[in-house]
Amino acid sequence: MAMAAATEQVGERLAEQHDASTYIQHHLTFFARPVGDTDAGFWTIHYDTVITSLILGVLVLGFIWLVVRKATAGVPSKPQAFVELTIGFVNDQVRSMFHHDYRIVAPIALTVGLWVLFMNLMDLLPADIMAWIYSHVFHLHAWRSVPTADVNTTFALSLSVLGLMIFYNIKNKGLGGWLHELYASPFGIRPFWAAPLLIAFNVLFNLIEYVSKPLSHSLRLFGNMYAGEIMFLLIALLASSGYVGMVGGAVAQVAWVIFDGFIAILQAYIFMMLTVAYIAMAHEQH
Amino acid sequence: MDINLTLLMQAVIFGLLIWACAKYIWPALMRAVEKRQQQIADGLAAGEEGRHSLANAEKRIAEMMAEAKGRAQEIVAQGEKLKTETIEQSKSLAKTEGDRLLAAAKAEIEQEVYRAKETLRGQVAQLAVAGAEQILKREVDASAHADLLAAIEKQL
Repeated sequence: MAMAAATEQVGERLAEQHDASTYIQHHLTFFARPVGDTDAGFWTIHYDTVITSLILGVLVLGFIWLVVRKATAGVPSKPQAFVELTIGFVNDQVRSMFHHDYRIVAPIALTVGLWVLFMNLMDLLPADIMAWIYSHVFHLHAWRSVPTADVNTTFALSLSVLGLMIFYNIKNKGLGGWLHELYASPFGIRPFWAAPLLIAFNVLFNLIEYVSKPLSHSLRLFGNMYAGEIMFLLIALLASSGYVGMVGGAVAQVAWVIFDGFIAILQAYIFMMLTVAYIAMAHEQH
Repeated sequence: MDINLTLLMQAVIFGLLIWACAKYIWPALMRAVEKRQQQIADGLAAGEEGRHSLANAEKRIAEMMAEAKGRAQEIVAQGEKLKTETIEQSKSLAKTEGDRLLAAAKAEIEQEVYRAKETLRGQVAQLAVAGAEQILKREVDASAHADLLAAIEKQL
């Protein structure tokens, strides 16, 4: 009798765990469709990531464009003042770090900063209400809201920045200059007898740097946003475990919304600043 | 954590967004901001210029005031001088006139004295003649003794 009860309890717990993991699983499933008739693999597109980020990018830049289009040199309207403050903030940050021609870097920083910020802020939308809207209004049963919680987005950004770094390195130092820097810095190639060893170390050092930069750049953002998403789901599970859990979960949810909003802004800022810093480093001569 | 074609799609979107931002948003806003900065700089420069010209005007006013004071003093001094001169002139003129009048009066008095003397002399001569007539108790021929009488008269 006791044995049966214990078995039943274990079974219940297992079922609960199964429910919890399917709940989380469900929320973390991409709307992935293969391209053509190939069977998944690389030739897959996460339509949720692509479409959400595209909409956000167009909305944010479109809003700024609408405001800027009517920008006057006279007394600015409230939206214009807001946009000017935003852009002025980005411009100041870029100027403080970047002492070269910042006219192309500043727009890059602005785009990265605002786009990532709004993709991060998607995390603050209540996950289950959004899931209901996606499935009942748009008939999409797997749809993730936060594009930056997808490694593809963060790697796309960080690898694009890597590409820009290489481009500016070659543009500013020439292909020869850049290659020379790759094997001659940071340890130099003198004295002559130690040159092969030094070159090996230099190349290794630079290689690690060029790999670690985009890796840390993208995974920092991804990790934070992914963790934020999971936290919301875990708190939601807590809220579904009875009355006490519901109250506790509600409190925790509010707290986490505030904290995650802070993280979203901070991570967008960090991502933007690192982008500018990496491009600035590509301009510096050794 | 599956890397797939999404990465390329996102990179392309990223590139497009950067392009749109750099081409349409950034230059338009920077134009407006730079124009406003220019206007502010112009305004400040105009203010500075105004302050400068005010200072200049104040300096000119001070100069003009000093000059006017100098001129006024000069004019007052000239007036004083003219006044003194006029007084001196009038004084000397009055003195001359007085002297002249005095001299004329003296001359007249002398003339009167002379005339009185002449009259007196005539009368004394007549008296002397009358006296002599009485002394001589005779008629003196006035015409015969006219020379004598005239000589006496002259001696008087």
